[in-house]
Amino acid sequence: MIQLFAFYLFATIVIASAAMVIFARNPVHSVMWLILAFFNAAGLMLLAGAEFIAMLLVIVYVGAVAVLFLFVVMMLDIDFAELRAGFVRYLPLGALVAIILAAELIFAVGAWSAGGVDLAARAAPAVTDKSNIQQIGELLYTRYIFLFEAAGIVLLVAMIGAIVLTHRQRGGVRTQNISKQNQRRPQDATRLVDPGVGQGMEL
Amino acid sequence: MTETFISWGMDPNWAWGVATICGILLIALPLMLAVAMIIYADRKIWAAIALRRGPNVVGPFGLLQSFADGLKVFLQETIIPTGANRGLFLIAPIITFTVALLAWAVIPFNSGAVLADINVGLLYILAISSLGVYGVILSGWASNSKYPFFSAMRASAQMISYEVSIGFILIGVVLFADSFNMNEIVKAQQGHGLGIVNAFGFNLLLFPLAVMFLISSLAETARAPFDLTEAESELVAGYQTEYSSMSFALFWLGEYANVLLMCTLNAVLFWGGWLPPIDWAPLYVVPGIIWLFIKILIFFFIFSWVKATVPRYRYDQLMRLGWKIFLPISLLWIFLISGYLMLTRYGDCPTSEKVHIAQISNEKTGELVRFDSPRNGWEGVCREKIEPPKVSS
Repeated sequence: MIQLFAFYLFATIVIASAAMVIFARNPVHSVMWLILAFFNAAGLMLLAGAEFIAMLLVIVYVGAVAVLFLFVVMMLDIDFAELRAGFVRYLPLGALVAIILAAELIFAVGAWSAGGVDLAARAAPAVTDKSNIQQIGELLYTRYIFLFEAAGIVLLVAMIGAIVLTHRQRGGVRTQNISKQNQRRPQDATRLVDPGVGQGMEL
Repeated sequence: MTETFISWGMDPNWAWGVATICGILLIALPLMLAVAMIIYADRKIWAAIALRRGPNVVGPFGLLQSFADGLKVFLQETIIPTGANRGLFLIAPIITFTVALLAWAVIPFNSGAVLADINVGLLYILAISSLGVYGVILSGWASNSKYPFFSAMRASAQMISYEVSIGFILIGVVLFADSFNMNEIVKAQQGHGLGIVNAFGFNLLLFPLAVMFLISSLAETARAPFDLTEAESELVAGYQTEYSSMSFALFWLGEYANVLLMCTLNAVLFWGGWLPPIDWAPLYVVPGIIWLFIKILIFFFIFSWVKATVPRYRYDQLMRLGWKIFLPISLLWIFLISGYLMLTRYGDCPTSEKVHIAQISNEKTGELVRFDSPRNGWEGVCREKIEPPKVSS
């Protein structure tokens, strides 16, 4: 009973906030609706018993990805009149995308209601007395170890690529040498002198 | 608690609901009281170190000072700047406050005294604490004012940076405790140090992590010396500059609830949580919650002590500490810890026959599927001897 209630609550909020992402006029509000959608999607994952995935969804998407979105959107100076001006021009392309998405959804629902492929036979054996993390870990580090490490390599390459693309070396920049600073002692850095009247001193 | 309500003749579903609500109140109300008292303690400690008296007018020894402040703030007028984004401006402090309360759901106060005893407790805390950034960014942006926005940028960059190293530090703890469940983590610390001391912190491999976690938790809660987000000389009062009345009080409460949470995490993850410091039977007579409180208060004292004595960091120094020192060290430590654990816990069986492989029949095909299963009471798995699992097609 309470599960059903929770499911419909989360599902309704996911759909409603996903719609609000598109309809909100202010881009920052859009991002906030997106975060609400992520959150409730995590709630749905919890209901499905995938607690680990739910937590990862919140940590990765809400905690990292959406924060970056928010940063970018806040920094942008968006002219809404200009954005809306292109509406007619992009209408055919948008309609095409919408039709493709709708067709895929209909296919998916049709295939699912027709009985579906026997995916369960290839999926992981269900071990009930183990926690989610252990089950995922056992599969990830044995059967799917190659895919797992390949994904890691792809991420590493992407990270290095991003650094290489955005890194620029500027000449004439004086940077701090922290260890040199830390090694500096008062004796080396200061000198006590007692110049006579009218003599001054040389530095 | 659910059983008590059921024994009173309540329907199990209702009993569960009522018990959960009671549990929430039992955590949230004392927490609010503790926050009020901890603000007082913070000011008193700071004053004592600066050779001042601190609050001493309202109530005996000034004990009621926080309540007087709260009443004053409550009676003030709420001012919303004209240029502010009204909705987000009001939501931001609520987010900060709620998030600060949410994480307490998985904190174990005693052996069974957890509101939500979930398997992914530590991940839950990471997830919730990553939400704290939103209250800060939104308040800065919605105020539509320069200084709060600068402060929000600083604060969010700082929190995100230190979350990275905190995540790696926590992995070290999880590796040793073998669990993400907070209660299991506490139990794993029983007799961890030479069979006597109930703490991870006395393990030579984990001690550096404990120190880094303490410093990172100072940075994560934007306490001195990392309180650049509210550096008065540069940014007025930080992201809360435009706030007044209750919306300001919510930031204040949320901030101190977060500080308490970080003190608790320090105590739970590295210093034994509700276990007594030494694994000695007479000490277990004292209820675990008292040991936990003592540890929390010690950490809070350290927080205040640091606030009163250490000068504020510069922003580039803060970032350097997070990215160039803590991150590499904590990464290196994960390798060290996992290597050590492989040697001592899992790698002891090349000669023996202690190979256990799970054989679970696939529900659909009835075929046996094998895979490595080192946990849940199965000891000494030799990874070399495990055959790659057959993919039943």
